Amino acid sequence: MNDIPPDKPHRPKDDQVLEVPERTPDPPVLQVGPEMAVAEDVHDIVSGELVAGSSLWRDAWRRLLKNKLAVFGIVIVLLITLAALIGPSIIKATTGYSYDFVPKDSLLNKSLPPFRAPDGSFSWAHPMGTDNLGRDILARVLSGGQISLMVALIATLVSLVIGVSYGALAGYLGGRVDDLMMRIVDVLYSLPYVIIVIVLLALLPAKTPTGQLAQLFFALGAVSWLTMARIVRGQVLSLKNQDFVLAARATGVSTPKIVFRHLIPNVLGPVIVYATLTVPTVMLSEAFLSFLGLGVRPPRVSWGSLAAEGAQHLSVYPWQLIFPGATMALMLFSLNFLGDGLRDALDPQTRKE
Amino acid sequence: MTNQAKNGSLLKVKDLRTYFHTEDGTVKAVDGVSFEVKRGDTLGIVGESGSGKTVANLSIMRLISDPPGRIAGGAVEFNGRDVLKLSPRELRDLRGCHIAMVFQDPMTSLNPFMRVSKQLMEVTQLHLRHTKEEARRHAIQMLEHVGIPDAAERIDSYPHEFSGGMRQRVMIAMALSCKPQLLIADEPTTALDVTIQAQILELIKKLKRETGASVILITHDLGVIAGMTDHVVVMYAGKVFEQAPTGELFDRPGNPYTRGLLRSVPDPTSEQGKLYQIPGQPPDLAHLPFGCPFAPRCERAEEICTREFPPFVQLTSNHHSLCHFANEVYAESNR
Repeated sequence: MNDIPPDKPHRPKDDQVLEVPERTPDPPVLQVGPEMAVAEDVHDIVSGELVAGSSLWRDAWRRLLKNKLAVFGIVIVLLITLAALIGPSIIKATTGYSYDFVPKDSLLNKSLPPFRAPDGSFSWAHPMGTDNLGRDILARVLSGGQISLMVALIATLVSLVIGVSYGALAGYLGGRVDDLMMRIVDVLYSLPYVIIVIVLLALLPAKTPTGQLAQLFFALGAVSWLTMARIVRGQVLSLKNQDFVLAARATGVSTPKIVFRHLIPNVLGPVIVYATLTVPTVMLSEAFLSFLGLGVRPPRVSWGSLAAEGAQHLSVYPWQLIFPGATMALMLFSLNFLGDGLRDALDPQTRKE
Repeated sequence: MTNQAKNGSLLKVKDLRTYFHTEDGTVKAVDGVSFEVKRGDTLGIVGESGSGKTVANLSIMRLISDPPGRIAGGAVEFNGRDVLKLSPRELRDLRGCHIAMVFQDPMTSLNPFMRVSKQLMEVTQLHLRHTKEEARRHAIQMLEHVGIPDAAERIDSYPHEFSGGMRQRVMIAMALSCKPQLLIADEPTTALDVTIQAQILELIKKLKRETGASVILITHDLGVIAGMTDHVVVMYAGKVFEQAPTGELFDRPGNPYTRGLLRSVPDPTSEQGKLYQIPGQPPDLAHLPFGCPFAPRCERAEEICTREFPPFVQLTSNHHSLCHFANEVYAESNR
């Protein structure tokens, strides 16, 4: 991956209008046509509109919107997120069910198939059926979504902050510091992450359920920053020898400022892409840990713990696994589509001159 | 040669040595270079690619990255203080504030992800402790100063929305934001086309007149040297080969290498014919030949040249040449 010329996209070099009308000795007069400020886009041009400065992101956004799978991904991600955020309260308001609400006639309502009332007739009460305590699976899936999304987002954020700063510093400082920092990453890489997480979770005793969640964020974030650090380091290595870094040094800008103000914005493209692809990975890890009983503990639910519960009765009540599983799969698919789309839109390698 | 009245010395480079340690051996990119820049003067540094012009000037600002590079010796006195002995903090205050630099390629020397305004404001916020508003006002003034129309609107553009010449103007605006005493322009026009070149050079001249700054102009364009500078340093293989006032150097070069350079300039009046070129290639700085580094390419070379390193001969009070036959060459040039 070489340098990132964000300005290359579609504009032929010679459309910049710079005319010198005549050779006057002092001071040279420049005529600048109004076209100059227009970032011309070959495929669809916003006619006559002056584009104010953000054409890189604008171009990327356009490219993203042209990618059908990515748009599908965005829509599904937004829908599921929205449903997870407001769904549980709507269900609570309309039917009174929530993720931990066990109805009094629990035996009667136990493991109802989708859209069935206890007497076998059609009913809107439980579109996804109930679990073996009579709890509404839809409410549980949506609440579980809240936790899964939160864990994934916060762990990604943790990995983003640690990984980007660590990688950028290692790359910029170079030499022995870089060697040492990256060997630490290598060592952590070589340890199986599940074991690290299990040890971390076991070592940090959490009293409250919230503490438990925080522990999970920390544990997952702590193992997922490694790749991010490597990516950022690589990018910074290729950027730090560019003239603009030298120019910044020549103006007396300090090292931390060069790293955080000049270099990190330049690696944002790959970072965004990788972060988007980290979200589903972390989500999957969380599900995996919860499936093993290490992650989210009852009464809280996540997609992983729901799947674990459902798997126990798979042969008799398959919907108890299918619905949480399918929701998670859909979310993971969509996030991956979105990530791939973002990579195509932002990655300089796929950009054609 | 307008400013020779105020003859205080601003920058004195003494016996500067910058070495790069590579697997191939030690590359002496700059090896014992000395020169002086007087207040208000423009010093030109010429030489082929790889002759150490850029490294010498990066060394002045201590911008050589270590490893692999190292300033192995010498002194750089700026206003009487040795830059090589400054603390990192003092060094940062010096850079951009007292000594500023304009680089060769305006396409790569602006951060593509930062608005021009932010990059310009950074300098004065850093050195002049400007508030955001002050810095912004100052930045707009600077842009107007370097001839960018609609500066107030264009300041929030990204670098890629400017053309090459415009970007070089922005770089110059940035370099001059703090009114530095010394501007180092490292081939400021090499990446630009000819008409823009003339504009940029004219701009540097004008700003120099207004601010009274000294300028070091690195170039391999002898035309630029002739039109812009008061003194010239000719570099080859990391050494100063000749040093003279500009007019004198062009009229009476005292070094075969300088003569070769001058002959290499295409002459538009001669109908056709081959362009002159100095035969051979610049030497490998890791494995310099014994004796004079230019000897293998020199038309005047004699046996002594490959045996002994040439002396730095003083021809007149301010004209020096590194050659065994400096006096002879100087005398021959007197046509």
